[in-house]
Amino acid sequence: MRALVWHGKEDIRCDTVTDPEIEQPRDAIVKVTSCAICGSDLHLFHNFIPAMLPGDVMGHEMMGEVVEVGSEARGKLKKGDRVVVPFTIICGECDQCKRGNFSVCQTTNRKKDLADKVFGHATAGLFGYTHLTGGYPGGQAEYLRVPFADATHIKVPDGIPDEKVLFLGDIFPTGWQAAVQCDIQPTDTVAIWGCGPVGQMAIRSAVLLSAKQVIAIDHLPERLEMAEAGGAITINFDEESVVERLNELTGGEGPEKCIDAVGMEAHVSPSMPDTVYDRAKQMLGAESDRPHILREMIYVCRPAGVISIPGVYGGLVDKIPMGQLMNKGLTIRTGQTHVNRWTDDLLRRIEEGQIDPSFVITHTVSLEDGPEMYKVFRDKQDSCIKVVLKP
Amino acid sequence: MAYYISNIARSKGDPKVLHSGPSSLGAADRLAKALGWYSIGLGIAELVAPERFTRALGMEGKEGLVRAYGVRELGHGIVSLSPDKHLGLWSRVAGDGLDIATLMTAMRHDNPKRNNVGIALAAVLGVTLLDIIGAQGVTARHSRPRGRPRSYRNRTGFPQGVQASRGAAKDFQVPPDMRAAPTLAAVSDRAPQERARSH
Ligand SMILES: [Zn+2]
Ligand SMILES: [Zn+2]
Repeated sequence: MRALVWHGKEDIRCDTVTDPEIEQPRDAIVKVTSCAICGSDLHLFHNFIPAMLPGDVMGHEMMGEVVEVGSEARGKLKKGDRVVVPFTIICGECDQCKRGNFSVCQTTNRKKDLADKVFGHATAGLFGYTHLTGGYPGGQAEYLRVPFADATHIKVPDGIPDEKVLFLGDIFPTGWQAAVQCDIQPTDTVAIWGCGPVGQMAIRSAVLLSAKQVIAIDHLPERLEMAEAGGAITINFDEESVVERLNELTGGEGPEKCIDAVGMEAHVSPSMPDTVYDRAKQMLGAESDRPHILREMIYVCRPAGVISIPGVYGGLVDKIPMGQLMNKGLTIRTGQTHVNRWTDDLLRRIEEGQIDPSFVITHTVSLEDGPEMYKVFRDKQDSCIKVVLKP
Repeated sequence: MAYYISNIARSKGDPKVLHSGPSSLGAADRLAKALGWYSIGLGIAELVAPERFTRALGMEGKEGLVRAYGVRELGHGIVSLSPDKHLGLWSRVAGDGLDIATLMTAMRHDNPKRNNVGIALAAVLGVTLLDIIGAQGVTARHSRPRGRPRSYRNRTGFPQGVQASRGAAKDFQVPPDMRAAPTLAAVSDRAPQERARSH
């Protein structure tokens, strides 16, 4: 089959690879009908997250049709079922899964020894996301093996297009959880840094969850326009001071809730000297992430407020103002998304017409064009916000 | 091949590469990579054995300068191999200018190694040409073209419109483990202790 394969820094190729095979009785094979490139794939593209190996298949946002089911998954899945695959692989049986903390499932990381050493304790297995999270082949491919498939799936009905449900596997629940863990009150201002796909979903989620005002921060005009379309007030950080403007919009008190939908690769600009400092340290290997957004959020957030971090961080950061964080009594909530905790409810909201996540798709191409689209998406060319691939 | 080694980390049912197809790296990116490694190699040589350069060029006594240029080369290399490679290559072009100016000072009539200096100059000029081609190439390949972006004014995501969607999910119950209230909930007349109890 064909698949998008990681070969090294900025080197992703559309290769011919062997077809995945069932290994365990709980596995299933899915024929992928749609998949997408995620912002966090770009961190792998840049080799900023350790433990990728040449030959790893990329992709953790995918859906398709079940074509083969292992003996122990048969009660829950059958050939022909239409499923979205969540990016977190879950067993559904361990203590963490029972609590709904699916992204820290204790069973599914097959490189547990390595992950225990690096993280202290292993987290769930993830598709297409380095050997620290199990090294499971991803879904930017024609076929995907889904481990623990009896639990790791979201069934979707026929008659609803792929584009409307595909994002149930990652970015929609990710934006949703980012907003939910802010515990939004009708009096709250929610500020969201980054208007990429997760930021866009977080904006819609905060609007649905009754925020008084939603403020979106970016510098790309097309992304700010899409944020505004979703009901956000926008701040272009190339043109105005984020801190001043946020204070202005909140009567000088700062936003109650802040969401970081940017993560480890904050935009670098001489007008924000800390980003240049981080970039230089990153090149020398003295820091892995550029935490400009964290610094700004901690500074501007209202005391006793909540900081929610769906953005991906990979390793070590520098110059985090712990003094501000501690004295202001802020709450930080973060984590990979507990996808299956939210998807039944979100699927219903899509079916009822409360939201249609397909608004974010700007490019639909074949798998062969995938490598080039990684570049277009990374360089934000052609107003690219979200790429869907059709294997 | 690297795949055979990395395949050790894979299980038997995992896909394995049979043959490679088109890559996200363009010709300019490959040139940038080659020039980046060239910078690293030259930088290390200048740092470790500066006397070899000074002796061959009749510039004895300038070892400190060559070492400093070695550090500079390493900088060019690191940036050229990073995602900001256009900066790395343009910095290389500037560095080439400095190299040429320095070599010109050694083109004196009384320098017995004048011929070597000429060869070095020709080599630097050749590399400069590659650097300019590479720098222009990666800049063109990775920059955002000017002009109007596409319009996403109608991409609300809300089939019923934004206004009707504000608060549409108020049926949603925030799970207890994700609550932050009442720390910043609207202020009521009740004492905070009382609110904490009723929560
Ligand atoms: Zn993702
Ligand atoms: Zn589990």
